[in-house]
Amino acid sequence: MEILVCVKRVPDTAENEIEVNKDGSDIERDDLVYSVNEWDNYAVEEAIQIRDKVGGSVTVVSVGGEEAEEIIRREMAMGADKGIHLSDQAFEESDGKGLVRILQAAIEKGSYDLILTGVQADDGAGQVGGMLAAMLDWPFASLVNHIEVINDRTIKVGREIAGGNQEMNEIDLPCVLSIQTGINEPRYVGIRGIRKVASVEIPVFGASDIGLSPDLVGKSGAKISRVDYFVPDLGEGAEILEGDTGEILEKLIEILKSKGGIK
Amino acid sequence: MAACQRVRGKERATDMGTALISPAEASFFGIPTVIFSVFILIFGIGIFTYLIIRRIAPLLNAAADPRLDRIMDRAKNTVRIAIFQYRQPRYLFAGILHILIFAGFVIISLRSITLVMLGIFEGFSLPGFEGTLGNIYDLFKDLAGTIVFGSCIIAAIRRGFFQPERYSVPPKYGKGHTGEAILVLFMISGLMVSDGIFEGSFIAAQIQKGFGIEIPIPGTITGIAAMIFIKTPLSSLQNIHLVAYFSHELIFFFFLCFLPLGKHFHVITSLPNVFLMKLNKGTVKPVKWGVAEEELETSESFGVKKFEDFTWKHMLDFYSCADCGRCSDHCPATAVGRPLSPRFISIKCRDYAFDKYPLFGASIKERDLIGHILEEDEIWSCTTCGACEEECPLMIEYIDKIVDVRRGLVDVGIVPQSLQKPLGALEKRGNPYGKMERKRADWAKDLMAANAVKILKKDVKADTLYFVDSITSYDDRIQAIGQAAVRVLCGAGVDFGILGPAEKDSGHEVKRFGEEMLFLQLRDQNIASIRGSGVKNIITADPHAFNALKNDYNGIPPVEHISQVMKRHIASEKIHLKPIEDSRAVYTYHDPCYLGRHNGVYDASREVMDAIAGIKRVEMVKCRDRSFCCGGGGLMLFYEPIEETRMGRLRVEMAKEAGATVIVTACPFCMVNIEDAIKTTGMEGKMEVIDLVELVDRHMIV
Repeated sequence: MEILVCVKRVPDTAENEIEVNKDGSDIERDDLVYSVNEWDNYAVEEAIQIRDKVGGSVTVVSVGGEEAEEIIRREMAMGADKGIHLSDQAFEESDGKGLVRILQAAIEKGSYDLILTGVQADDGAGQVGGMLAAMLDWPFASLVNHIEVINDRTIKVGREIAGGNQEMNEIDLPCVLSIQTGINEPRYVGIRGIRKVASVEIPVFGASDIGLSPDLVGKSGAKISRVDYFVPDLGEGAEILEGDTGEILEKLIEILKSKGGIK
Repeated sequence: MAACQRVRGKERATDMGTALISPAEASFFGIPTVIFSVFILIFGIGIFTYLIIRRIAPLLNAAADPRLDRIMDRAKNTVRIAIFQYRQPRYLFAGILHILIFAGFVIISLRSITLVMLGIFEGFSLPGFEGTLGNIYDLFKDLAGTIVFGSCIIAAIRRGFFQPERYSVPPKYGKGHTGEAILVLFMISGLMVSDGIFEGSFIAAQIQKGFGIEIPIPGTITGIAAMIFIKTPLSSLQNIHLVAYFSHELIFFFFLCFLPLGKHFHVITSLPNVFLMKLNKGTVKPVKWGVAEEELETSESFGVKKFEDFTWKHMLDFYSCADCGRCSDHCPATAVGRPLSPRFISIKCRDYAFDKYPLFGASIKERDLIGHILEEDEIWSCTTCGACEEECPLMIEYIDKIVDVRRGLVDVGIVPQSLQKPLGALEKRGNPYGKMERKRADWAKDLMAANAVKILKKDVKADTLYFVDSITSYDDRIQAIGQAAVRVLCGAGVDFGILGPAEKDSGHEVKRFGEEMLFLQLRDQNIASIRGSGVKNIITADPHAFNALKNDYNGIPPVEHISQVMKRHIASEKIHLKPIEDSRAVYTYHDPCYLGRHNGVYDASREVMDAIAGIKRVEMVKCRDRSFCCGGGGLMLFYEPIEETRMGRLRVEMAKEAGATVIVTACPFCMVNIEDAIKTTGMEGKMEVIDLVELVDRHMIV
């Protein structure tokens, strides 16, 4: 099975203190450490496990400047067979659809059975997977936490739904899935692993290489632009109820009734 | 009449013949029994040689391990530990039994050789043992044989009836080993008894024939046998004599060939195993002996993934395990119910070797070593505290093996999820918490403003470096230890500085968790910063950093733990302490693993504590080199083990049992684990914990 996983280089939320920058356009990026988006990492691990079971190959693709290369390389150190780096000045400042157009063009240059994305990345938009499927006109399943290969035309996917319940669906290939964290336990990639793939070639494709017209992407192709970015004013703190248990319960029920929480 | 010949045990012919016909001269239904003697000898030696050759086979496929350096030290260790059984008395009753059996064996070894020869050459005696020396030796060996016999009976009763806990085999590890133990004890007893009967029957015959007034020591087996046989008819004595002899020889060679089959292999391998023991405590073996650090990058594979990746010495360790259970008896992981029991690592790997390299026939289809025989949780559970290695009478090493297996797991990406984040953070930020490097010295902000401490830079120098390490830099509670350390060092007039944001985690646990390349990266960054600072010596309050800088790093100035520094300054009166604040409190010192066991520093902290006038100090039962690990440090704080309780909780109970109300520790990780345990055992208000530096800080007169 030919699997493609879309990965993104994002600021590591655990190892950074996120602050909004002075002119309110973005977060302060000077002191940040970056790594591969956590959801994407789970997706790559899943792809590798599927390949190990049924054969085929795993390709990792990322859109970004020079810095994106280290992420692609890290996922190859993890076990992905090939990497594709989509980089072009024309790609910069693309909106969501622009980004998906870039991926679509690259995908149509190859031949894939299964495309995996993470459910979301650092900006929480959660749109690449669904949009990509729509533009490719392929079936899509989101929030996937389980994948089983039935044959080379069909797979079974599991999704966690409200109430902690599990839903299983069969879906035809080729398809797009967005992968939820916890689907597996990603293997560790150490310094040694990365050094082993240090000299592997990762082809870089620009707009012309994938047959994409620059006015469809980048700032000029964007239909959405960010106008502001700020930390909202803090409201008042939480209300702490005082008194003994009986008194607290009475006050609590009163508040819930008055706010429409219980009838 | 010929003078009575000194012929006890020596069947030398007199004018009247020997008292009994020797096995070399007798015959059995017309067949000369000497044929049996020769046959048993050849067959026995032959089988034994074959077994040893088969047992050596896996070692020829093993990884390299240079163990012939420092021959004098090795010889001294062998005498002290293997011959004088230095570790045995740590378990007094069993230790004495074993020393008696071992010493007896050594004494009797000459007799064993003589006996074999006596079946072939009548009246044989070893060169020099023909006359008086031989007589005296015989008396000793009779005594020894009786003591060995008595010890074996006591040991068998103890083992079979009283069944001490540490020998028990949990069901998941298979059947019990008591049967084999008792069998061997009976075989040894059989050897002693058969020799005694062989001798006693001859002496009784001598007395009956009036050949000599040989008096064996009464109460020895020989003596008792002679007494019992005094009236036995000579023809019966002759048969008893020969049966005793051949019983002895059969048991002897059966026992000899039995040794390589199980835990009694240690009888043969113990001396070499001790001679070849690891000499440099505190550090971990290199990834591969003979492969320089620069070559590691291109190395095919790291760590132990299959059995042959172990070094030959580690395989010898597996063979040498005597199954005594002393290691697991003191293992904190075993005590809290983690799936780790060091004894069974040795036993399982030994059995794996026996299966993979069988004595006869093809290799038995075996399961994978890693993942099946040795489980992942088993391997990650180890805190590397060293209690197992401290107990083992055969000097078997565990930490190096576990680290090697971890290296193999890391190499293929099998790392517990809970450890992946801190490892990533260590790589990116130089600390496992993921906090920003430029905030590493924030804990010292106020002290720097008060000029109590400085960050070493190109134009800011000092004699001494205070190496803080990550937990003291970033953990809210532990920063207080760092601050106390600064005040104490200032009070002692030490000219020191810190590396600040240039300091990286010492990498101590990174190395012991198998991520060698990341360790080397951290180490090299630190070495460069330390050398660049120009300091002449290093102090740290963190035993893990202490051990890393002292034993894992190279080419840096000498390093001391702050307890040693404080002891010195108290003795030279640079630090003055007021009397104990709380005179009702009862203090006990908890030895940190990496200060005590791994580096032998036990007394400094105690002397510092005792310098506080009026302090009431008690010792826990498990103290000094038997200190019980608090739960581990560094990356171990992030690992989520399967366990029934926590090591810290057991430790707090031990302090309570000793009558203490305050635990004093000298390690930030011990502080975290013990503080936690005091809360979760509901002992807040009844038990406190304080760091040694904080204790001094509180009592220091400035």
